[in-house]
Amino acid sequence: MALPLLSLPDNVKKHGRQGSGKLGDPIFTGLTFAAACTILILMALLVYMLFQDSLPSIREFGLGFLSSEEWDPVKDIYGAKPFIYGTVASSLIALVIAVPLSLGIAIYLSQFAPRWLRAPLGFLVELLAAIPSVVYGLWGIFVLAPFLGKTIEPFFADHLGGIPIFSGPVYGVGLFSAGVVLAIMILPTISAISRESMLNVARDQKEAAQALGATPWETVRIAVLPLARPGIIGAVILGLGRALGETMAVTMLIGNRPEISASIFAPAYSIASVIANEFAEVTAGIHMAALIELALILLVITLVLNLFARLLIQKPGSGGLKGKGRA
Amino acid sequence: MKNDLNRRRRNARSRFAYLLCVFSAVLALIPLVMIISYVIFQGASALNLDFLTQLPKPVGETGGGMGNAIVGSLILVGIASVIGLPVGILAGAYLAEFRSPRLSWLVRLLADILSGVPSIIVGVFVYALLVLTMKRFSALAGGVALGIMMLPTVARTTEEMLRMVPDSLREASLALGIPRWRTIISIVIKTAGGGILTGIMLAIARISGETAPLLFTALNSRTWPVGLDQPVASLPVQIYTYAISPYADWHQQAWAGSLVLVLMVLVLSVGSKLYFGKKMKMAR
Repeated sequence: MALPLLSLPDNVKKHGRQGSGKLGDPIFTGLTFAAACTILILMALLVYMLFQDSLPSIREFGLGFLSSEEWDPVKDIYGAKPFIYGTVASSLIALVIAVPLSLGIAIYLSQFAPRWLRAPLGFLVELLAAIPSVVYGLWGIFVLAPFLGKTIEPFFADHLGGIPIFSGPVYGVGLFSAGVVLAIMILPTISAISRESMLNVARDQKEAAQALGATPWETVRIAVLPLARPGIIGAVILGLGRALGETMAVTMLIGNRPEISASIFAPAYSIASVIANEFAEVTAGIHMAALIELALILLVITLVLNLFARLLIQKPGSGGLKGKGRA
Repeated sequence: MKNDLNRRRRNARSRFAYLLCVFSAVLALIPLVMIISYVIFQGASALNLDFLTQLPKPVGETGGGMGNAIVGSLILVGIASVIGLPVGILAGAYLAEFRSPRLSWLVRLLADILSGVPSIIVGVFVYALLVLTMKRFSALAGGVALGIMMLPTVARTTEEMLRMVPDSLREASLALGIPRWRTIISIVIKTAGGGILTGIMLAIARISGETAPLLFTALNSRTWPVGLDQPVASLPVQIYTYAISPYADWHQQAWAGSLVLVLMVLVLSVGSKLYFGKKMKMAR
């Protein structure tokens, strides 16, 4: 892989090639270059257009857009706060549920599971990522939300209702249900990437721990987890990015009410959901600009998170993909 | 004695942690099994030939189907492939074969980031780019949105597959005087063909379930597709519309639609993975 291929075509160029192929190389190189540049241009255009089209709203509301709670298409007053709250809160609920579970799965699949079970089990967990989000939403509306609304939510509301975040009333549909579905949806992402980085921990580290008399769990805790940490953090951030931008399942479950309440069982609204619900019906004007500004906010958040996560995962030698000696 | 007790406590803790790990793996499979069985049982009861071939009926009339949405989805995925595949494969070839370090690094990073951009934002982008300029919702806009979504996946898998082709093959071909572009197309890409195909199938599986980027690009329609510059129905959008409607009959149809969609997606992604797994085994 390390051979300097770039020097080869020059040799070929000097020593005989059929006349018909003369233009082939520059044309092909040009085409692949153009294709690669398409990706750059798309990203730049994406950011530019969202910024450009949200300018009316940015000019009108300024920074107050972020802190205002009012969203009133009739009076043309728009504020992003309830949507930012709903997006962040539902994603945090998802992380609280999904991170421990994903790490458990990743540890099991990379360290404890018998070899014959690893591939099929990993495959099944990854299947969760293949199910379309609208199907999660459908299942969420008719199965999960009624179930949560009848069992888990009343349980918390009855026993821990004194704490504001668990206070009733419970509807089934709301922040919590959206968070649970998001947790299921980001579980395969987080577990697959953290499992990779756990597998990449050098075997000597594990053997050293075992030689000191560590139990299997202690080996995981002192040898595997610390070395896999950058990869795990990257995985969690990628999962968070996915949860923040997830649209359909959240739109169908979060309740779609632009309110900020203390309880996690209350209905809320997310950035992606309000865009999904209102965008097609708006024709122009400040309402559309406000929706596009919401999209811009979401884009900036996910761009930063993704950039950060990719840099963490790619970091060589520390649980990245370059480690040798698979355990 | 004290040491012994300590050892036992540590072993017990280790077993407990082990059990927690097993428990999380089992817990993760419960939603998978539940979703798939609900989709199969609820969907099968409403699935019939009419569902696959008929137009949706107006509210109140029973029967009808999602025939137009199925055709619409195929059209949208077709447009997306026409746009996303050539660009993605060529970009992947650039990343793997012409290693200009700085540009490649940037393209790779941006491709990864683009694949993390929420799908609804791609929808907003294409709305601003195409729907506003053409002044109408259209199948074309929906297809472009899906094409943009498949671009990074195709580019990155193509790159990875091309990198797995040993350099000796390239050198042998170049040594025979075959120009570089022919070498890449007929030797390198051909050798990596199976892997690239797997990546393409996974990308198609992923975009065929996408709803959010279609909501305000392809919109929806209750008729058969009439033209690329007109709104078109699609299976995911139709499922969404029916799922949030108040009618029990439509809910049943949403389940049936989900069954068709999940079957399509699973056949594509499972099939490609099994196929690729077999190839990998043979290569070893």
